[in-house]
Amino acid sequence: MTKIPVHLDINGRHHELQIEPRVTLLDALRERLGLTGTKKGCDHGQCGACTVHIDGERVLACLTLAAQAEGRAITTIEGLAREGELHPVQAAFLERDAFQCGYCTPGQIMSAVACIREGHAGSDEEIREYMAGNLCRCGAYPHIVAAVRQAAQEFAS
Amino acid sequence: MRDFSYLRATSTDAARQAAALPGAMLLAGGTTLIDLAKCGVAEPDTLVDITHLKGLDRIAVDERGATIGALARMGHVADHADIKSRFPAISEALWQAASAQIRNMATIGGNLMQRTRCPYFRDPANFAACNKRVSGSGCSAIGGVTRGHAVLGTSEACIAMYPGDLATALVAFDATVHLGERKLLVDDFFLLPGTTPDREHAIEPGEMITAIAIPGSAAARRSTYLKIRDRQSYEFAAASAAVGIEFEADGRTIRDLRVALGGVATKPWRVRAVEDALKGKVLEPETVRAASLLAVEGAVDHGANHYKIELAPRVVARAILKLGETA
Repeated sequence: MTKIPVHLDINGRHHELQIEPRVTLLDALRERLGLTGTKKGCDHGQCGACTVHIDGERVLACLTLAAQAEGRAITTIEGLAREGELHPVQAAFLERDAFQCGYCTPGQIMSAVACIREGHAGSDEEIREYMAGNLCRCGAYPHIVAAVRQAAQEFAS
Repeated sequence: MRDFSYLRATSTDAARQAAALPGAMLLAGGTTLIDLAKCGVAEPDTLVDITHLKGLDRIAVDERGATIGALARMGHVADHADIKSRFPAISEALWQAASAQIRNMATIGGNLMQRTRCPYFRDPANFAACNKRVSGSGCSAIGGVTRGHAVLGTSEACIAMYPGDLATALVAFDATVHLGERKLLVDDFFLLPGTTPDREHAIEPGEMITAIAIPGSAAARRSTYLKIRDRQSYEFAAASAAVGIEFEADGRTIRDLRVALGGVATKPWRVRAVEDALKGKVLEPETVRAASLLAVEGAVDHGANHYKIELAPRVVARAILKLGETA
């Protein structure tokens, strides 16, 4: 199939790609742009490892065509830290030891940042419900909930 | 995933025309379509992206009811203050569906076009027989692993379960789907499998969902969506019920009742037998439990899904009694 030009705005930087229309945002990030922080888990929208933000909202890069994301502001895990300073959610994940193998962690963190911003991190129960789209096969869930709760409290104070 | 050409629609009319061409499909949130394209189930030649169209994502609510644009996303509708207060069952059905990420992507129109999760339907590489994919090819589910399959509305050709939550709440409250000028009850929009399970929706080539409308009512205002599943979140229903209730002035006698079942039927399943049996009655646990058994009248199981016949009436009864407690 003919390749099409796609312009993507990722972490404040402009990128121009020539890609087949079927290329997902996830594959464009990882395979074309070398932004491998966004992980490919199930590739079917069931695990949340590929969570990124589009126009500030968390979405799944594996079920988004790169072409659909044109004209939108995309943020990946690489775009979270500011001037060498970790994002408070990243810091909370380190402090709370909220991972084991780390593969789901970029997706967990991107999801957590949005979860807090949405106002859905008010209690452990609410955090569990609104973080349910991010699976952790190591089972680090108790520490993930603790990290999200800590970061949410930091934002609130 | 087979390649396709990509077209970004600039107007609703242009989208309808482009999608009417053979091999073309509308693309909204993509949470069903891109997934099924990866499974080899959907094989579009052209995808017509409608997510950049303006003005189709409006949510308007007043005393008469709610009108929700086809491109409004599930998460936004779930969190909308007036939807939460006037249609709690709609909000609850939405936030209990999928995950936060998927709800940010998936649109209300696309949600109505969601396909079954039948594992045989989703796996053409290993199961050639599926009447939903290829008419007349047979059904791999019948005689297979059926734990998640339907017990109501099935046919000899198909037992695939309709997995959606929103539409279950919509049929309970007489919502209509707007296909441009043409308007259909959501209940009539979804088709029984019968001998043509490949045809799931009463939508014609060249038509596009533009909005859904839900009439306001006292029963919608006092409503809930109870969803029981194998894990607590991010899972399809083992059985669910959308229920709305209105009491007489005494606060105990049921004036109006709406009941629809999810997770157990081949389409969103309104159960008027339960409603009729309880209207005019005083809300008592024994009466409610007895009437709720009518929800699964005519149910047929295929072995492993037998539990749904026992579970569904209990979900209905619990939902009705829960609404009664808040009297």
